[in-house]
Amino acid sequence: MSLLANTTILLGKELRTEFRSRELLTTTIVFILIVLVLFSFTFDPLSEEARRFGSGLLWLAFLFAASLMLQPCFLREQTNDTLSALRLSVSDPFAIFLAKLAANTLFLLLTELLLLPVFAMMYNVPVLPVLHWLVLVFFLGSLGISIVGTALSAISAQARMRELLLPLLLLPLLTPILVASTEVTGALLDRAPYVQWKGMGFLAVFDLVFLTTLWLFGEYLLEE
Amino acid sequence: MKNVLFVAVVVLLLGAGAYAALFIAPTDAKQGLIYRILFLHVASAWTGLTAFFISFIANVLYVWRRQPKWDWLGVSAAETGLVFTTVVLVTGPIWAHPVWGIWWTWDARLTSTFVLWLLYISYLLLRTLIEEPDRRALLSALFGIFAFVDVPLVFGSIRWWRTQHPQPIIMGEPGSGLDPLMYKVLFFMWFAMLALMALLLRQRYLLEAMRGDVETMRRQWEVA
Repeated sequence: MSLLANTTILLGKELRTEFRSRELLTTTIVFILIVLVLFSFTFDPLSEEARRFGSGLLWLAFLFAASLMLQPCFLREQTNDTLSALRLSVSDPFAIFLAKLAANTLFLLLTELLLLPVFAMMYNVPVLPVLHWLVLVFFLGSLGISIVGTALSAISAQARMRELLLPLLLLPLLTPILVASTEVTGALLDRAPYVQWKGMGFLAVFDLVFLTTLWLFGEYLLEE
Repeated sequence: MKNVLFVAVVVLLLGAGAYAALFIAPTDAKQGLIYRILFLHVASAWTGLTAFFISFIANVLYVWRRQPKWDWLGVSAAETGLVFTTVVLVTGPIWAHPVWGIWWTWDARLTSTFVLWLLYISYLLLRTLIEEPDRRALLSALFGIFAFVDVPLVFGSIRWWRTQHPQPIIMGEPGSGLDPLMYKVLFFMWFAMLALMALLLRQRYLLEAMRGDVETMRRQWEVA
């Protein structure tokens, strides 16, 4: 019970920090926007082509954006010297991870949903009929990215060259997320859209596996 | 003396394995002589995976016990595994070009091996970027655990969605399979490779232990 209470309080803190400056959200949105425009030059952005490549393009943009967005997650605590205070204030350090990964999932999901209409317009892909399923894939995918990303940003924050290191550690680990989310999103953007339950299930399993790993080993990531 | 004996045994085993692979195993009915690279390729793949598994066990033991020896074993096994996986990635295309007509295909085994290789490159890279020995040991062990947990997920996702090429021959569907004599040669070759791995692992471990001792001595000297 105290885990849940601690997490809620810490989540509130994460959200307050972000919504005061909105730094993460604005930079991430602009970054994805740039990637979406740049991608249009690499192939013929007609509707038929976009249906084929659109899902991969979207998820690649999300993945790259996340690897940038997750940088400050623990770095901020380190530069402000607040990590020890955080650790002392909660009984279970897992609460710190839960709060951070919930906040990151929320930020990522928010940016993705804000940019989905832009993508749909620019690439002429109708998304409204399958919107609720897209939200589910985006949620499961972003949750997976945030779980692994939050853990690894705790590692990279303690190393040299951390800005370069996080994408190097994170992106190969997220291969399964990229493969599965691209497939499920691709099926939803198809001319005859359908829900690929195997992919949804796979994403859920990925999230569960890494959440368990984080629960087992998370506290060691914050040792001093 | 012990070293010389060890090296002699490994050379003998590898020589016998090479002889068996080149002269004893029957020539493949369809592929002819080129298939004989399989004995090097598959045996290296299994040996590389064995080394990564040893590294994973050492990582878990380090996090649990905090004895430097597990850190030394972890990095030694990861490096040794990387050597064998590199052999796999090099011999694969050499075989594939004449048989498939292409150097590379994005099939489950190839792609997962490549991602696995990248993950352990990141692991070694991470180690070079953390100065403090205890922190380096702990954080890289944790990354190693995350990376190893990821491996089956990478393999599963790619096998389900990204494979264009037929069933594996070894441990595949019933009806597929090798000639019994080929199996014998392959397992012998694996045994020889495991001996080579043990030799490399031992040397690398001793080197890392020496390095650790030097580091401790230097720090004691600086304090004094």
